[in-house]
Amino acid sequence: MTTVRVAGVGLTHFGTHPERTSRDLFAEAGLTALEEASVDRDDVEAVYYGNFMGELSEHQGHQGPLAAEALGVQAPATRYESACASSGVALRQAVRDVRNGEADLVVVGGAERMNNLSTAESTEALAIAADDLYEVRAGVTFPGAYAMMATAYFDQFGGTREDLAHIAVKNHENALVNEHAQYQREISVEDALDSPPVADPLHLYDACPVTDGASAVVLASEAYAERNDLDAGVAITGTGQGGDMMALHDREDVATSPAATEAAEEAYADADVAAGDVDLAEVHDCFTIAEVLATESLGFFETGEGVTAARDGVTTQHGDLPVNLSGGLKAKGHPVGATGTSQVAELTKLLRGDHVNSKYVPEARVGVAHNAGGTVASAVVHVMEAVE
Amino acid sequence: MTGEASDRVRDEGFDEFLDALADGEGYYVECANGHGSLPPRRVCPHCGSTVLVDEPLPETGEVVTHTQVYVPTPAFAEDAPYVNAVVDFGAVRLTGQVLADAEDVTVGTTVEPAVSETATTGERLLVFEQR
Repeated sequence: MTTVRVAGVGLTHFGTHPERTSRDLFAEAGLTALEEASVDRDDVEAVYYGNFMGELSEHQGHQGPLAAEALGVQAPATRYESACASSGVALRQAVRDVRNGEADLVVVGGAERMNNLSTAESTEALAIAADDLYEVRAGVTFPGAYAMMATAYFDQFGGTREDLAHIAVKNHENALVNEHAQYQREISVEDALDSPPVADPLHLYDACPVTDGASAVVLASEAYAERNDLDAGVAITGTGQGGDMMALHDREDVATSPAATEAAEEAYADADVAAGDVDLAEVHDCFTIAEVLATESLGFFETGEGVTAARDGVTTQHGDLPVNLSGGLKAKGHPVGATGTSQVAELTKLLRGDHVNSKYVPEARVGVAHNAGGTVASAVVHVMEAVE
Repeated sequence: MTGEASDRVRDEGFDEFLDALADGEGYYVECANGHGSLPPRRVCPHCGSTVLVDEPLPETGEVVTHTQVYVPTPAFAEDAPYVNAVVDFGAVRLTGQVLADAEDVTVGTTVEPAVSETATTGERLLVFEQR
């Protein structure tokens, strides 16, 4: 079994680009990744593409072929949809295909165009990641579902809106110098607490923004990387995926994310690492409470104890375990279908030492990417290691 | 279209469930191993059992979690703000809107399920009334 190397990564600016088509956004990210990888595009054997709401935002289904042609690649291409985990699951498939010897060189990424919709329309589009019959028809929105997870968490384990505000403040601070980030501005705990409510107890600054953007990574087998003398010193060494009942009410416990725990355990075992070996993580903080659930599922904190991690400085830039040094979904932005591979692109740069925030993790060897769909009915975790 | 019958094509299983709830005869699906689920089901989602029977839904349940939604989807534009809750009925839980002020709804509040309609579109809506 070969190890899977990251040969190149590419990101667009994440932000408000309502007039840019997702095919053009993906072209920018994918071509950047191919150029960085310095590979012959004729060698690309498959394209894996994540996108969530293309039917609603661009009236476009069947996007795989569009993704390949946007890169000038003549190879089979498939679109993966798993809500906010779309490119995370695309990545998992790509990793397995390279590892199993099915392909030596592949492109995997994702894109989302959202700001061409009104706020009400994008709220409606995001809501379809929930159970239409039993949740959406009761008025459950995406923030509303996470708000109910937060209410349950506070009730079972404690925690306050102020604890969550520290997560938002941290992630904004991390995004400050990230040129790809939607929000390159500092916020205070007071700003977060005083922002308008979206769904109690979550307010506007607990939520990720609506984002247009794309991401891509080029993966190569170890043999291909050696044969072509690629500069590919970061490997994806573990992959895991977990699932759960779709509707929040069908889960035994709404204050934890067992699908992510399952994914993390599988990915750690696959990479032969433990939670304690992890030096940094990019996690799916679509809402501040989601970062809490993610870091607990990843085994960084006991259940019910992750809520104060940012406030206590554990997950900040200078903490023992920096989380979301990119700015996370909260401040870097969340172009839904692009998020999973954007985390891997950011981690690659952080581990290589050429990320603007690499200075906070100079000795880092092991990184983890956590990507979740819906209210974590889907979760995918990847372990990445600096191997050269 | 407020107050008028929806022209939506019925969703078999789900709409019968709402019909029954509206008539005060709510039910859920129970498998041979005692797992509860919501229709339509051909197998138990928890264990795969194909022996499924309808069991009466308890008259009241307890709020497991809740939120007040301020930013709705277009279909609920005129309903907001409203309170959503997950309510535990023992074998199953349901999500709906609580017909009460947000400050009167806490984890553990006892409610009764019913069917109402949304202010925005007149579509049927699963609601909970305080007991």
